[in-house]
Amino acid sequence: MSTEATKSSATQSSTTQSSASATPKSVKTVSGITVRLCGDSGDGMQLLGTQLTNTSALAGNDIATFPDFPAEIRAPKGTRAGVSGFQVQFASHEVHTPGDSLDALVAMNPAALVTNLADLVKGGLLIVNEDSFEDKDLKLAKLKVSPLDEPAMENYRLVKVSMTKLTKGAVAEFGLSVKEADRCKNFFAMGLVYWLYGRNIDSTLRFIHGKFADGKSVLANANEKALRAGWAYGETIEALGHSYNVEAAELKSGTYRNIIGNQAMAWGLLAAAQRSGKEIFYASYPITPASDILHELCKYKNFGVCTFQAEDEIAAVCSAIGASYGGQMAVTTSSGPGIALKTEAMGLAMMLELPLLVIDVQRGGPSTGLPTKTEQSDLLQVMFGRNGEAPLPVLAAQSPGDCFEIVQEAWMLATQLMLPVVVLSDGYIANGSEPWAIPDVSKMSPIVVTHPTENNNPDGAFMPYKRNELLARPWAIPGTEGLMHRVGGLEKEDGSGNISYDPDNHQKMVNIRAQKVANAAKLLPPQQVIGPQSGELLVLSWGGTYGACLTAVQQAQKEGISVALAHIRYLNPFPSNLGEILSRYEKVLIPELNMGQLRMLIRSRYLVDAVGYNKVKGKPFAVSELVEKITEMTKSANHKTAQSLAS
Amino acid sequence: MSTALPVLKAEDFTSDQDIRWCPGCGDYSILAQMKKVLPEIGVPPEKTVFISGIGCSSRFPYYVNTYGVHSIHGRAPAVATGLRLTRPDLSVWVITGDGDSLSIGGNHFIHLLRRNVDLNIVLFNNRIYGLTKGQYSPTSVEGQITKSTPMGVVDHPLNPISVAVGAEASFIARSVDSNVKHLAYTLKRAAAHKGTSFVEVYQNCNVFNDGAFAYAQDKATRDDATIELEHGKPMIFGKERDRGIRLNGLSLEVVDLSEGKVKEDDLLFHDEKASSTLVYMLSRMRRPDFPEPIGVFRDVVSETYEDAVHGQINEAVQQRGKGNLQKLFSSGDTWKVGA
Repeated sequence: MSTEATKSSATQSSTTQSSASATPKSVKTVSGITVRLCGDSGDGMQLLGTQLTNTSALAGNDIATFPDFPAEIRAPKGTRAGVSGFQVQFASHEVHTPGDSLDALVAMNPAALVTNLADLVKGGLLIVNEDSFEDKDLKLAKLKVSPLDEPAMENYRLVKVSMTKLTKGAVAEFGLSVKEADRCKNFFAMGLVYWLYGRNIDSTLRFIHGKFADGKSVLANANEKALRAGWAYGETIEALGHSYNVEAAELKSGTYRNIIGNQAMAWGLLAAAQRSGKEIFYASYPITPASDILHELCKYKNFGVCTFQAEDEIAAVCSAIGASYGGQMAVTTSSGPGIALKTEAMGLAMMLELPLLVIDVQRGGPSTGLPTKTEQSDLLQVMFGRNGEAPLPVLAAQSPGDCFEIVQEAWMLATQLMLPVVVLSDGYIANGSEPWAIPDVSKMSPIVVTHPTENNNPDGAFMPYKRNELLARPWAIPGTEGLMHRVGGLEKEDGSGNISYDPDNHQKMVNIRAQKVANAAKLLPPQQVIGPQSGELLVLSWGGTYGACLTAVQQAQKEGISVALAHIRYLNPFPSNLGEILSRYEKVLIPELNMGQLRMLIRSRYLVDAVGYNKVKGKPFAVSELVEKITEMTKSANHKTAQSLAS
Repeated sequence: MSTALPVLKAEDFTSDQDIRWCPGCGDYSILAQMKKVLPEIGVPPEKTVFISGIGCSSRFPYYVNTYGVHSIHGRAPAVATGLRLTRPDLSVWVITGDGDSLSIGGNHFIHLLRRNVDLNIVLFNNRIYGLTKGQYSPTSVEGQITKSTPMGVVDHPLNPISVAVGAEASFIARSVDSNVKHLAYTLKRAAAHKGTSFVEVYQNCNVFNDGAFAYAQDKATRDDATIELEHGKPMIFGKERDRGIRLNGLSLEVVDLSEGKVKEDDLLFHDEKASSTLVYMLSRMRRPDFPEPIGVFRDVVSETYEDAVHGQINEAVQQRGKGNLQKLFSSGDTWKVGA
């Protein structure tokens, strides 16, 4: 664990001057940096951000990222609608969020500048491509005067760099077209940023030469040249007085890599398949922000993965049900609108009692909503969005790396209980990344799955709905002699599975299916609490807000506030000890990126007068707003404030 | 020691469930023919799966002693695709109706056909919604009086065979519930075809749309109202076999053979491998201008979807070796922390 200060506002204050031998300029060591790179959606900002992230991870920093891009693929150039940004916090201590406010902002055009400047701290470093602040650029950004001429610029350390021209000059020798040369400027910007933060360019050079292999070596060489030119520029100009150094973070020992949430989800599926001796049948219909799971999995055909891009969301889930009936590990993924379409089939899978994973990478709703922005507003949809009494287990990942774990737990539940399980992710953790300790595959425990081969009914036909102690039915699969049976969406007699309209049987079956979901709690660990085990305030959170809630609670604790965090990963059923935990605190605060969905569940289930902190702006929580809310709700904080005022 | 393979009988495919179709329903005949041909196809019950959607016809899986899924409305082709893709060792049948496959499930129906998944789809077409008690369906004829169209249907009906041709199905056939010999033959042909086999069956709903296909069922009329397609044979029909179908430019026409002006050789010879344009023209043959074709419209060889999908999986394994999780997790840029 790190012992360094974790206040993001203090990241630049704990500085020490040192003179670097390699560069003529001084190097300032800081504990952490938050930087955002923004420009046109065609400017390659996501690529720049990803490279900076990987490089920082390789430098041993802890990292958290926040890619933020528009739904349009190429919105009109230079407009505010087309601004794409990538924020990364890298630090020598543990970080769980991409940072509230920016230490540095790189803006490639006026639209990017005006839409992002508010997040830059006073005195922060602002690097702009001054070549793109011509009249036409200002007009595209709907600006009358250049923001660079505004008096507000005095609040920042503004560095104007003629990136377009400098890049053109740097790559002149390669004889590229004007357009090709222009496209190298993001690597120039990258070189400048790399110099600024003392990043090693080697892994990015490997990336460049890998990307532009196969006869495109001219482009590779040009981009390398642009990168090096950017670095050299940083070293040379006087406006940048010094560069920064961020030491490696003290992470738990192990071998690490950087991992993105959707990638971790795909890899978790591969791990779950291997642990259960199954092959994956993965069916989906393209939808933001879930499609990257499909893109990732379709690369792993050599793992026996069968990916099926279905004609629609309904076909995706239904084909998965067919595969599950056949004994395969069946998975379907989507986002809110697609889950709405899958609703009826999820009810069918629940009724058939077949294992199935339904992964919902949530985005801003309702309807088409905000496709590329994050939100937690599908909770009640996946809990209750089916006809009839149709409960399903619901699990939620808390960070990019946790997607790997949660989906394996979900598959364990699905197979042990014979039912579909919903896994919630969201746009923020799906696209965000963090360092990930590579697990030892040989130490992964098996998920035991069996298919019966013997008739379980000595008196007659096989009974497909005869249950075990967890109320799970046998997963008998076609091809097995003597176990022929039919399953369907009509109510069925317990045991035999024959169609039944008997009133008492229906009541019994509804009860059994609910109890089966409740039994999931027996297979899952109890809820942990971070902080005091009882006291004034409990922050109860779920899903992708973990990083912000944890950081806020830790910060408040440092300020002497009595506050604890319970971050729940199992939303249905709730952990068996949750009610008891809630009873140990005077107040409960539930921050959510929705209008109070978990709060509604908690209040109705435990009759606890929980308070909500709710936001639906398409953005993750800022740590500061949570700290403010925690402070407002706690007497210990109020008491302290009163004391300090009195003295 | 040699063990003789057990000879399967229709009873081996009969489930213990009570059949709940209305007495006199055309479905009984289709079920009987299916149970008759299943033993002849030779796939044992445990390797056979029937998948259905919702509707009268979709109760079918409960009545055959095989594996089966009674799924949700219109989605049987999708469920069957997932099963067959992952279990190519199974013989998969989709049982559906005109509402199930052409209305609510229209999308899945066309995508199943164009992918050419190796399974058989039998569409019981009765031109009515039976299970919901008598509303018009996408194959109901214009002007048809139903519970939801007291003044007559104004929709233009969908022609299932034309849709199948448009989706480039590799096997397309039509039969009639009461023509048991022809139906049995057609089902066997469907089972023998590799790829999606689509069979439309004219099926009488004696409660809500009785007699809709009487012209094709009654011995008195069927020879004049229908024409049996036979591969390589001239298209001749009529009780006296005195009329034929001739291709005239880009149109088909009915010609009279009785006067000797038109000879058999002038007629269109049915070719199951013909271009889809010609098959489409056959599908448009409708009463009263034409006799309606019965039989196999099309039977062509085309790669199945599952062969292509598993071909890629096998190719990936051959090229890159069986996937190794540890290697994957450790690929790319990594770094070590601590000891």
